[in-house]
Parts: sequence; structure tokens; C-alpha cells
Amino acid sequence: MQLKDTSGNISVQSPSIPFQQIPALEQYYYDNKIVKAFAYATMLWALVGMLVGVLAAFQLAFPVLNFNYPYTTFGRIRPVHTNAVIFAFVGNGIFMGVYYSLQRLLKTRMFSDRLGWIHFWGWQGIIVTAAVTLLAGYTTGKEYAELEWPVDIAITLVWVIFGVNMFGTILKRRERHLYVAIWFYIGTWVTVAMLHIVNSFEMPVSFMKSYSWYAGVQDALVQWWYGHNAVAFFLTTPYLGLMYYFIPKAANRPVYSYRWSIIHFWALIFIYIWAGPHHLLYTALPDWAQSLGVAFSLMLILPSWGGMLNGLMTLRGAWDKVREEPVLKFFVVALTCYGMATFEGPMLSLKSVNAITHFTDWTVAHVHVGALGWNGFLTFGILYWLIPRIFQTPLYSKKMATNHFWIGTLGIVLYAVPMYWAGFSQALMWKEFTPEGTLKYQFLETVTSLVPMYALRGIGGLIYLVGAIMMVVNLVKTIKGGKLLANEAAQAPALPKAYVKTGKESWHSWIERRPVQMLVGSLIVVAIGGIIELVPTFLIKSNIPTIASVKPYTPLELEGRDLYIREGCYTCHSQMIRPFRDEVARYGEYSKAGEFVYDHPFQWGSKRTGPDLARIGGKYPDSWHYNHMLKPTLVSPGSIMPQYSWLLDNDLDTTLTAGKIRAMQTMGVPYEPGYHKIAVKELLTQAEKIKEGLAKEKIKTPARKEIIAMIAYLQRMGKDIKGEKAASTAANTP
Amino acid sequence: MKFINYLQDITGVSIFPLASLLLFFTFFVGATWFVFRTPKKVMEQIGNIPLEQ
Repeated sequence: MQLKDTSGNISVQSPSIPFQQIPALEQYYYDNKIVKAFAYATMLWALVGMLVGVLAAFQLAFPVLNFNYPYTTFGRIRPVHTNAVIFAFVGNGIFMGVYYSLQRLLKTRMFSDRLGWIHFWGWQGIIVTAAVTLLAGYTTGKEYAELEWPVDIAITLVWVIFGVNMFGTILKRRERHLYVAIWFYIGTWVTVAMLHIVNSFEMPVSFMKSYSWYAGVQDALVQWWYGHNAVAFFLTTPYLGLMYYFIPKAANRPVYSYRWSIIHFWALIFIYIWAGPHHLLYTALPDWAQSLGVAFSLMLILPSWGGMLNGLMTLRGAWDKVREEPVLKFFVVALTCYGMATFEGPMLSLKSVNAITHFTDWTVAHVHVGALGWNGFLTFGILYWLIPRIFQTPLYSKKMATNHFWIGTLGIVLYAVPMYWAGFSQALMWKEFTPEGTLKYQFLETVTSLVPMYALRGIGGLIYLVGAIMMVVNLVKTIKGGKLLANEAAQAPALPKAYVKTGKESWHSWIERRPVQMLVGSLIVVAIGGIIELVPTFLIKSNIPTIASVKPYTPLELEGRDLYIREGCYTCHSQMIRPFRDEVARYGEYSKAGEFVYDHPFQWGSKRTGPDLARIGGKYPDSWHYNHMLKPTLVSPGSIMPQYSWLLDNDLDTTLTAGKIRAMQTMGVPYEPGYHKIAVKELLTQAEKIKEGLAKEKIKTPARKEIIAMIAYLQRMGKDIKGEKAASTAANTP
Repeated sequence: MKFINYLQDITGVSIFPLASLLLFFTFFVGATWFVFRTPKKVMEQIGNIPLEQ
């Protein structure tokens, strides 16, 4: 029965609902223009990020491609690649999908067009600034968080604008229930905000130079709590939200089990946040934190696979469509790669497996199965589905898209297999001893034997890039053949202000209707994990036993350390000797937590393309380092390390030295009061000594050169512990 | 050294892990209970939201 009142509202009476008013239909328009902008940015940054990745890959096989130029050297190129792919390609992919799906799931236009455009241009501005500053050598030296403090602030502001726009949209919605995809968006937003802010506590020294507020073990823990959860909450949860929207849309059937999706959401965001320490197994991180990371990493299999299966099962009864529809093909492989990566992740976090895989190319293979397969293919599928819809025209060439699918898949396989091979053989070679009990292979041998694998990996990446270029061509042709439906008309009744229950309800139905409470709930869930994990390491002194002989860096060493960070040495060298027989035999005594108390930021690294440097100090004469930086193959024939010859030419800039000492003092590094006033003088005295030492070895160089600072730092590393041993031996000598 | 050795130095810290464990256990039991208690029809309706537009 229907009745109309004077305002046009319709009253209905149904057998189950006694009497209820349904407001009249409202006309509104979806904003497709902003979706288009983010889609274009996604395509552009995909090509840029992947191209830089291919260059980085080939640089490892053919060092000549470093071009002996600071701005094109691997140490700076690699962060540009990772930042471009994560924050530019995937970031824009997230925003494209969120701006498209959020409007439709909530039956409303975005809250503010203007905020959307500020968000869009702000994010693109950050990306360009990031690329320029990273190439110029401005970096914090913390992986995936390399951007300097002004950029960090800009990221925070733009993220807040995105949040305001998203929540504004949610608040003016015409759909009472928040579909599960939106929960993932909310969880993503709040957690990324928390991670970014906590990990970006920095002490500015100048406009583009800062030091991490945390030091050593604490910095490592915060960094990998962030780093792991950047994967979790930037590369995974928003994409799961997109999966829950776009797979049902493309398959034209609802998600297999909405029940699963609820459990999936809460379990995933709760467990993920605890798993970060699995990046630091066998390091100087306290054991309890490592065990915590392992336990939660293992638990992650359940929600991850639950989500993957939920996505795949959505296609039940639609497999005939998968045969014909490239969009679904991309989705199936994306989910399969997600499943593989999320099975492999927990396995890699087992200590016995991690002992083999960590610091090797295995990790690189693992992340690329996720990045190329899960993020890449899901984004491609969404683009192929979305562009024809907003441009009101069929896809230019389905055949070309299908070819892209096969080429892309081949690219993933060709990328991953050589890297798994390389990782496994590298680990075995590192650990092999002769029957006499000495290490069988020099480190360099373990590198040169991998060069063919690096070349193959580059080819895999190149093939994947060719596929992406085909997609862009296909989509550009599609766009040219259609016309953008900038404002898409839709109709829905307004949301009645008073909520009428339709029957007995549980507490969860309550939160499903309340975005702010959902935000607070998500924040509590992720904050508890973070607090339990981080706080004890900061509060309890016994977590980081101090070592009396460990002293702050001299001003020259500090300058050298900043050059080490500027050149991105951490992208290839670790500073963490794990307590294994082979590592102790190769590098010296295993690393202790107390050795890093003055390291702002820590530089443990995550990959050993080159050897560990934690105890490089005193291993070679100064002249060796001088020649090595000039041309690595002079002293290490076959080395794939880039040349750093500009360090020999560049004058050492000491204008910030005093400020750096003061910044360190503020953060608790025990320099004598007023030491900053004599810091430059002390720096020059030490530099003169190194210069004289080099002169004795027939190398003539002025003292005020960057190479001198770099040598000072390299020769300092790991020496403090040796000093303590010598002192204790002397004390015990009768 | 075990986790507890570090934690016991914080005054009243023992309530933290216990409370969080209890909170999440209750939460997950509640969520599971809700998920299986909610009528299939309601779940289907909600699951169909993306297909409405």
C-alpha cells in the first residue's frame, strides 16, 4: 500500500515493517572528472615507476648504466623506484578506485569537488617533489619513508584533506549501511595517518636535512613497524576494499560471503599491525619483540587467505566469463598472487626460513609477486573496467588487453623465478664452508655469480613494462573514441534522519552504520598493537644494554655518515651481523643493540647486494677506500658497485656541522656542552690526519673533500666494540 | 630474555596484555557470533550494495 503526503514523500506499509516513510527520490551526479584525473595519474606514474625500476634492475647487471653521475646512481634510483611505485602508481590507483566506488556505494557525490582537486594536485606535487629531492640526494635514509621533513608535512596535510573529503562523503550518504569496502578505506586512512606520523618524528637541522628522532634499535623497530604496515595498509587493505567493490561489479555478482568479509576486515587490521618485527629477526632487536612478530605473522595466513578465497569464490559460476573477459583474467591472477605472497610472507617470517632468505634477493622476489601481481594486475583490471564506463564507449581492443594479460604474466614469472633462484643460491653460497672450516666463497663471488639472474630479472621487468605500455595505448585509444561523462546522473531517496530498525539487531549492525565509531574502533585496534610492540622498547632500559666503549661519532664521521645516507648506501649494504657462524666468520662479532645508540637514523639495511659493513672499520687501509670509491673494480675486479668519483671532487660542506651536533645533543647524544663551537675545527684536524695518511700511500688530496669524511665514517664502523675488547684484555693482563 | 622480564618493570603493566587479549577475544567471539546469527537475507542485501548502481 502506498500513500503520498504533501511534500511528495511516500509512505509504505509492508507485512514486516509496520509503517515507514520513504523520502522521495533525489537526483544527484557522480563526479567522474576527478576519477579520470586519478586514472590518468595512475597510468602515467605506472610507466614512470616501472621504467625507473627496469633501469635499477639493469644497473645491477650492467654497472655502466649508473652513468657515473650522482643523480643516476642506483642508491638514488632505487628509492625513486620504490616511492614511485608505492605512493605514485599504487597511491593514485587507490584514490582512483576510492573516488569511483565511494560515491556509488554511498549514493552521493563526493563531499567537496574543491577538496578533491586539492587532494589530486597536492599528491602529484608531492610525487614530483619526491622524485626531484630523492635524485638530488635529500633523504632521511629510512626505507619507504625517505622523504625529508617538509615533504612529510605536506603528505600529512594532503592525507588529512583526503580524509575530510572521504568522511564528508560518508556523512552525507544516502545509503545507511557502510559496505565492507568502505571499512577497508577507513581502516587504511586512520592507520596510514598513525604510521606516517609516528615514523616521521624527525629533528630538522635545515630546510631539507633532518635526523630521525629515534636511534638504533628503537629506530629500527619503529621503521619496520611502519615499513611492514606500509605494505599492509597502503598496498593491501585499500586494495582489498577495491577488490570487494570491483570484482563483484566486473563479475556482476555479489561477493561470495559477506560474513567472511566482516571477519576478514577485523582480523586483518588487528593482526597485521603486530607483524613488523619479522623484518628484524636475528638482529639486535630484543627476542620478545622478534617472537611477537613471528607469532602474528603466522596468524596472518588466516585472514589473508580468507579474503583471497572470498574474492576468487565470487567468480564461482562465472568462470566462462573469465575465459573471455580480460578484466576478470587480471583479477584472478591478482588474487592468486595475493594468495602466494600472503602464504610466503608468514613462511619467510619463520626464523629458520628467514635465516636463509633475509638480506637476499628472495625478499625482492616476494615483494614483486605482491607488487606486480596483486597491485599491478588489480589496478590494470580496474582501469580496463573503469575507463570505458566513464568514457561511455567499449574498450578499444579486447584482444590487446588479453595480450597485455599474457605478457604481464610472463613478465611476472620472468621477474620472480630468477630472483628466487638468486636468493636461494646467494644464501647457500654465503653459508658454505670448506672441509677445513673456512668460508668457501668470497662475498664478491656470490655477487658475480648472480649477474645473469639480475639480467634476466631486468628482462622480466621490461616485458611487464611493455605490457603496461600496451595498456596505456589501448586506453588512450578508448578515451579518444569516447566522451567523458563528467557528471553521471543517479537517483536515490535521501537517508531518513530517524533510523527505523527492521528487526532484531546486533551490536555489529550498529557500528556498520556509524563511520566515526568505525574510525575510532579501527584506530583502537591498530593502536593497541602498535603500543604493546613499541612502548616496552622505549621505556625499559634493559632492552638496550649500553656499551661503555660506544662513543658518539666525531664531526667528520657524522658528515661521512650523512654522505653514506645521501648516496643510499643502505640500499645495498647492511650494518647488522646476525649471530650465525658464516656471518661471524665473514664479518666479525655479531651486532649488539648497544652499538647503535647514537645512530640517528639506524642503517641496518634490508638487502645485501654488497657485503655487510657493520665492522668494515680498520679492515682495509684508507687508500683502499679512496680507490674503491673512485672505481670499485680497481680493488674488487668484477664488482657491480657504482663509481662514486664525485666524492673525490666535491668539497665537504661544513656549514651545517655545528647545527648537526646541536641537533644530536637535543636528541640525547652526549657531546660535551658547547662542543658544536669547536666541531668544525675538530673535523678539520681529523681530516688533515686522513689526508696525511693518504699522502703516505701516494694519494694526494685536499683534506676538505667529501671522500675524506666518507673514509672517516667507514673506518669508524664497528671499531668501538673492538676498542672495548682491547681495553678489557689490557685490564686482565697481569 | 623473555618478554615478561621487560614488562614487569612497568608499574601495573600486567593488565595491558591481559586486557588487550580479553578485549580482542571478546571482540572476535562477538563478531563471529554476529556473523553467524545475522539472517542470510540481510547479508545478501548488504552484499548486493555494489550491484545497485
